Amino acid sequence: MTEKTDFLNGNVACAEGAIAAGCRFFAGYPITPSTEIAERMAARLPKIGGTFVQMEDELASVAAIIGGSWAGARTMTATSGPGFSLMMENIGYAAMTETPIVIINVQRGGPSTGQPTKAAQGDMLQCRYGSHGDYSIIALSPSSVQEMFDLTVRAFNLADRFRTPVFLMADETIGHMREKVSLHSDVEIIPRRELKEGELPCAPDENGVPGFGTFGNGHNIHITGLTHSENGYPSTDSAEVHEQLIRRQVGKIEDFRNEIADVDIVNPDAEYIFISYGAPTRTVRQLMADVPETYGHLNLRIVWPFPDESLLAFKNAKAFIIPEMNLGQIAKEVRQYTNIPIVIVPKLGGALHTPAELKKAAEVAKTVTKPMTEVRL
Amino acid sequence: MKTEIRFSGLGGQGIITAAVILGRAAALYSKKHVVQTQSYGPEARGGASASAVIISDDPVYYPNVTNPSVYVIMSQEAYNKYGNNAPEDALMLLDPGFVTSRPVCRCFEVPATSEAKSQLGKTVFANVIMLGALLEATGIVTYDALEHAVLDSVPKGTETNNKRALAIGQELVRSQL
Repeated sequence: MTEKTDFLNGNVACAEGAIAAGCRFFAGYPITPSTEIAERMAARLPKIGGTFVQMEDELASVAAIIGGSWAGARTMTATSGPGFSLMMENIGYAAMTETPIVIINVQRGGPSTGQPTKAAQGDMLQCRYGSHGDYSIIALSPSSVQEMFDLTVRAFNLADRFRTPVFLMADETIGHMREKVSLHSDVEIIPRRELKEGELPCAPDENGVPGFGTFGNGHNIHITGLTHSENGYPSTDSAEVHEQLIRRQVGKIEDFRNEIADVDIVNPDAEYIFISYGAPTRTVRQLMADVPETYGHLNLRIVWPFPDESLLAFKNAKAFIIPEMNLGQIAKEVRQYTNIPIVIVPKLGGALHTPAELKKAAEVAKTVTKPMTEVRL
Repeated sequence: MKTEIRFSGLGGQGIITAAVILGRAAALYSKKHVVQTQSYGPEARGGASASAVIISDDPVYYPNVTNPSVYVIMSQEAYNKYGNNAPEDALMLLDPGFVTSRPVCRCFEVPATSEAKSQLGKTVFANVIMLGALLEATGIVTYDALEHAVLDSVPKGTETNNKRALAIGQELVRSQL
């Protein structure tokens, strides 16, 4: 295995992960704090037979990577809050047409232009629900520079395996800090399954995923955002066709949520359990290193679909303590799967929770009785 | 063993580059655990610039600096913001061409900018002179590790002058020991 180590920031590591995964088409519009991803892709792709396009906006960026994907390429874009909002329409189109694409969101403070240079996790529900209609997606959350590389690779494999938009929901902290990173060049590649001759273009296999009729391979297929039957043509009047299509598209991800799950479970016998993803995971781990054997920890590398079964690992749990750089977006998802009291620890403004703040939240957790309690830092 | 190093000065002085080079020397050539961060805002040349490196024998989880023990300061504004708070047992390297205040802690005056100009013809080498001085004052990494990281990071054709800059920085501290 060829392996190069370097000392890079998370955004650059993400771009290198994309290239290692075989991404050869990037279309995007630079935005703080994600710009280093576009810069790196612009510098690297032309030298390795790839294409970088700076688009006129983020609507077009997603449109372009959808087109690139249908031409057979692994494609990606990168953005932050305001650009992410503009992408929502075509994200729905990618979901409905089952197009594998990877979207990186290096989250900053919102809403609107908000805090361009500050870290946040405020787009976690938008990435799940931001486009209209019922659909499902996959979202990953890195907490180190190495994970910016590794999870970007994984995002491409999940996109192809499940034929879905996949989001890497990073944040400014992880995007801009530098750490040592191993840049493996021979990463595992799980290719998308090509449509077989005689197979209908939108007929599912045993996993609920149709074969992919790459443009130019002579499949003669029709791709549409309208409700369509298994032959790929619009069929917008039939309740049965619509319900079957939407339930299959949602089920091909949600029915596999515990296979997709990627979590770390630490001290499962503890009574007070931190649940975190992304940058706050760093603080939880620091606290656990400073006071070992005191708390439990569930770290989510995949946030959507939510890995609900992982909550069952904590048999003695008296409270789940959930630090997020938002007002409790994932905490409300956790609430759906447990009756154990939840302590939300929101932090806005860009700074990461400190270990002392999490310790304080853990003290509050020992006294709570209500289903949901907020600790104001 | 965990050491937190704060670099601060003006945009354009190579403050962040210096921190990245030190981080690289420790992470890639000294087998240490390292996180490097920087202040990030709508900043420009001439504005405030700050960066930090955490170097540890154990994994570094919380990435933000809490108690720096080493300060490299290249502007009075940076001194007012960071240097004033330096505890007595800290170590400070400052460029006396820019900083008039002096701390209560141990301090080396490293005229990096004027020496860069007079000995190497360009002030652009001031940050590498500071790294040479930091190396001599702390021994936080080996000379070889730092030289490797400098040579990885600088433009082709400037290797000789950058190695000289390291030596100038080392000598500026050695003469004060």
